[in-house]
Amino acid sequence: VNGRRILLSLAALLLVVVVTCIVIAWRPAIARIAVPQRSDFSQAAIARGAQLALIGNCATCHTAPGGGDYAGGLEIPTPFGVIHATNITPDAETGIGAWSLAAFQRALHEGIARDGSHLYPAFPYDHFAHMTNADVEALYAFLMTRPPIHAPATPNSLRFPFNLRPILAGWNLLFLNTEPFRPDPAHDAAWNRGAYLAEAAAHCGACHTPRNIFQAEETSRPYAGGMAAGWYAPALDASSPAPVPWTAPQLESFLRTGMASAHGAANGPMQDVSLNLAQVDAADVRAIAEYIADQGGTPSPARMQAAQQAHAIASGAQPSPSLPSGDGAAIYAGACAICHQDGWRPGVAAQPPLALSTALAADNPINAIRILLDGRQPPEGEAGTQMPAFATMLSDRQIATVLGWLRHDFAGKPDWTGLQDTVTRLRDHKEGP
Amino acid sequence: MTTLDVNGHAHTLDIDPATPLLYVLRDDLALNGAKYGCGLGQCGACTVLLDGKPVFSCLTPLAATDGRKVRTIESLGTVQAPSPLQRAFIEEQAAQCGYCTAGMVMRAQALLEANPNPTDAEIRAHMQPNLCRCGTQMRVIRAIKRAATAMGSASAQSGSAVR
Repeated sequence: VNGRRILLSLAALLLVVVVTCIVIAWRPAIARIAVPQRSDFSQAAIARGAQLALIGNCATCHTAPGGGDYAGGLEIPTPFGVIHATNITPDAETGIGAWSLAAFQRALHEGIARDGSHLYPAFPYDHFAHMTNADVEALYAFLMTRPPIHAPATPNSLRFPFNLRPILAGWNLLFLNTEPFRPDPAHDAAWNRGAYLAEAAAHCGACHTPRNIFQAEETSRPYAGGMAAGWYAPALDASSPAPVPWTAPQLESFLRTGMASAHGAANGPMQDVSLNLAQVDAADVRAIAEYIADQGGTPSPARMQAAQQAHAIASGAQPSPSLPSGDGAAIYAGACAICHQDGWRPGVAAQPPLALSTALAADNPINAIRILLDGRQPPEGEAGTQMPAFATMLSDRQIATVLGWLRHDFAGKPDWTGLQDTVTRLRDHKEGP
Repeated sequence: MTTLDVNGHAHTLDIDPATPLLYVLRDDLALNGAKYGCGLGQCGACTVLLDGKPVFSCLTPLAATDGRKVRTIESLGTVQAPSPLQRAFIEEQAAQCGYCTAGMVMRAQALLEANPNPTDAEIRAHMQPNLCRCGTQMRVIRAIKRAATAMGSASAQSGSAVR
């Protein structure tokens, strides 16, 4: 009898928990609307929305290689399986054509689709939650006036239980902060403009802030470095691995041109970011640069001294502390130096000196390996820095050898461990861990 | 001393291991098919095959060739008996000044060995690293398709792959 009572109590408790969860997770659908017309929006709103779409990097995720702009389909690998970006063109059936402004705003601010289902935080609504209603409306105006493309969403392939969208209600309870952005009166208007853009639309922290086991950003360690599409998104706070501390002008150049003279080129997903920001109002990019550069704080005297030494090695004024010559030195001399050795060959001296390379100085070797394996190519039809891919030229062992040598010689940092195995893994699995 | 395997022949060389493969091929082995274009891995005139994959030989140091097999255009055919791919380049008149041609042929050879029936998109993507300042790209694409057809029908007849 006693056991039966306990069982009944447990069942009742379970029922209460399940009902509570359903109540929390259940969100109503918002009624479909007729697809808005271009005349429903002002030209000014569309133009402002275009800028926000570039700042938000929307097309980069919502466009598949070879697919229509904003028509979705890009595969986004996550630790829980693959998510496919959705079609955000105003196609009524397969896109967001039937979404009202209220539905669009709820998606951006709360991560809920028009039909009431939960969106995955691969869509960074935890950042878009801070966008002003006016900016959301402008972005809506822009997207609703794109050419509609009929492109049904590819089903996600997520492992159980991550394929169950209602569990995201729990994620939102724990991690979603929907507070609007509040300016910091201790800083000027440009800094605050940069803070708003960086934290909301640009969602810089989505890559540059580390994530916990629930894949939520660790809000106690903003900009301490994270992972993005198999690349290391370097720390931007005081723990930045950059040999030379970032300044606002260097960062502005990096964001607008994909190149900073004291750092190097934007690679991996950051190349897309810089190509988008190249088309954004310069004052907004400068504001973002000012805010992000400030995340590093005032560099310590030791860091400034290390930076001076990196500059000295880069300019050739001070020899690097060279290892005994061997295969690493020979591969550097035959494969890398022709472009990277400052002053060796007139006309290509603009290449980043390796003593200033963040990829070589970072504790995680993944970026250095990826750059060497795949090189750097601007997208078809775009101008930009080019580096050949060395995947076929160098074996895994040779890549590990030359990177180990560069790490020692130019970054002056302790050896990376297990380097060759990491090269082999990255060569086989392009999207990485 | 370095041992270099080129077109099936082993060469023992006393050369600085930092020397680019292209210089070794041209200056020491008199294999002058691969050309020096930019020396920066941006034009592809120096393309040869390393373990069957196309490489810029101007940026491949001798130190990187250890234990690997190099193939140059000299391994494909001769003036009297050109390979199917070389014949297709001639038939499509895919060379104008011809400086990029050896590199084009070797990169295309790697494609056809891995993928005997490439689509136009696959050909374009694969050939992307090689430049032609004369503007023969359309003829190059036609030559590769012609060679794919010729090699496909030849292998169907003889029942074996044609190099």
